[in-house]
Amino acid sequence: MKRSRKIFLQFGIFIIVFSLIGILINNLTINLIRTGLGFNFNWLLKPASFALAEHALPYSTSDSYAWALLIGWLNSLKVIVSSLLLATLLGTVIGFARTGSNSLLGLISAGYITIIRQTPLLLQLMFWYFIGFLGLKENVLISIKNIFKISNQGIELTGLTFSSEFSALLFGLGVFTSAYIAEVIRGGILSVPRGQWEAFRSLGLSEQTGLIKIIIPQALPAIIPGLTSQYLNLAKNSTLAIAVGYSDIYAINDTIINQTGRAIECFIILLTSFLFLNLLISNSMEIINKIIINSKKYN
Amino acid sequence: MRRLFSGIVSLTMLLSGCASPSLENTSRLDLIKKRGELICGVSGKIPGFSFLESDGSYQGLDVDICKAFAAAIIGDSERIQYRPLTAAERFTAIKTGEIDLLSRNTTFTLSRDSVGGNGLTFAPVVFHDGQGLMVKKESGVNSLEDLANKSICVGSGTTTEQNINDAFESASLPYTPIKYQDLNQVVAGYLQGRCSAMTSDRSQLAAARSGFKNPTEHIILDAVLSKEPLAPASDGQDQKLADAMRWVVYALISAEEQGITKSNIDEKVQLAKNNPQLKPLRRFLGIDGGLGEKLGLSNDFVVQIISTTGNYGEIYEKHLGKNSQVPIPRGLNELYTKGGVYVSPPFN
Repeated sequence: MKRSRKIFLQFGIFIIVFSLIGILINNLTINLIRTGLGFNFNWLLKPASFALAEHALPYSTSDSYAWALLIGWLNSLKVIVSSLLLATLLGTVIGFARTGSNSLLGLISAGYITIIRQTPLLLQLMFWYFIGFLGLKENVLISIKNIFKISNQGIELTGLTFSSEFSALLFGLGVFTSAYIAEVIRGGILSVPRGQWEAFRSLGLSEQTGLIKIIIPQALPAIIPGLTSQYLNLAKNSTLAIAVGYSDIYAINDTIINQTGRAIECFIILLTSFLFLNLLISNSMEIINKIIINSKKYN
Repeated sequence: MRRLFSGIVSLTMLLSGCASPSLENTSRLDLIKKRGELICGVSGKIPGFSFLESDGSYQGLDVDICKAFAAAIIGDSERIQYRPLTAAERFTAIKTGEIDLLSRNTTFTLSRDSVGGNGLTFAPVVFHDGQGLMVKKESGVNSLEDLANKSICVGSGTTTEQNINDAFESASLPYTPIKYQDLNQVVAGYLQGRCSAMTSDRSQLAAARSGFKNPTEHIILDAVLSKEPLAPASDGQDQKLADAMRWVVYALISAEEQGITKSNIDEKVQLAKNNPQLKPLRRFLGIDGGLGEKLGLSNDFVVQIISTTGNYGEIYEKHLGKNSQVPIPRGLNELYTKGGVYVSPPFN
């Protein structure tokens, strides 16, 4: 009797959940048809007829909406990957400084983390863009011969030029996420028992060797999952690009929605592309995690 | 046990019954009357058109058009909820029914009007604008050609974005568009020197310039890139509301044609009441003919409108006239008798 009741209960819950989803989808389709906006993706092949300032692949205004979306996706990918690297680098340095024995460095990095974490990302992006880069006016901040130059037109690095929109987004996302990554790394290091430090010191290993050979390998399993979720956050936060005029996939979607009126289709595309992107990130992190765990086994 | 199961089944049926959307066509007009409040989508960021004043009230030409609608439909121009919307949000807001109508610097175009496009319907044009370019005087830029290979700040998701592209493409000039979501960001980008020029409707350029520290250091180029007829809009499937909106705007224009103003409306009503031979005036003011009822409004809707906002000329003078914050010459926005394009069909 008890068992059959459980089965019935599960069956009931299943029916409720299923019918609720059904109702929602049914509602959406009927309302879409009623407002004359039935699902349709034919517009994807029509010419986009808007210009883009930045494109990794050749793009002209006669290219299709689908191509424009791909360009936007690549622009997003570009800024996500590069700020991910910057954030990891900065975060690692600050995380170690925070846990290290140098109390001045520890204080500075604690201050950095506090300031960055207590202010909204949108504000920081606006700061980097309107004050950091555009605030330079015509002046050049740093110029090292023809190798490296920062001005209000962006960053120039040996022939490669990054627009001020991209650079502001890179610094904004990188710095913001680095503060969180620093905390993840600090947490990872602190998770290693105190005795491990004492152990390698008593074996006569230097601080560096001990950190690299003993502490970090043990801290990594605790760091990786936290790092993954910070990377995923960074990817999602990149949609704030629209605030600083960078043509990421969200900004391009915005334009397309306005030109075609296909809001629901566009949001489905946007959702799918972010899902794909984030699955890519989390799966790669999962692989890295497995490699680390395996390598420890054979040590 | 069986009771539980049948309970779940009946609950499911109840839910699906509730949620199946009613397909019957009730007009938004009746909904507004029942609610006793008009939800009007505005920009809220363009001085002269719709701008949030320091006392918390919305002011401008677009806002007065909202007030005219509320006066005609509800009989009270204060019962309005203003919804500030970005360019990208505005059409979805109409289609989902979040707002009743839009009075927000919206350009009347084929794809926005058509069923296969945005599926809206437009009331008559309330402001004829054109897209222009603003540059710094000291830059020495005088024409489109001078802007070749330069960056131009533009608001994304607007006809502006498409027009600037068409203009530069047809002149075979390369340029870099820097797109922002919001006009304020376009202005900030331009003032901070990210772009050599900013583009928008000429009225918006003038409005933005009025807020600069040194407005005289910026010039609006003579080149007009497009026609921008700005009109209120509503859902294309609701003819009743669309008709009411159309004739509210015509009432504003017709009142100006006939010299009926906020200050003399009461006299005109008395005049019409006392003189049965003044047929057109009696029909216009709702004494004869029952024109208002045909639209689903009260018969004296014209009187309601004019006594709140005044006629079109008065609204224009108040917000965009010589003595206003954002003076824009009337140009095309004059009556047809004075060299403009405004004319109202007869109230018959």
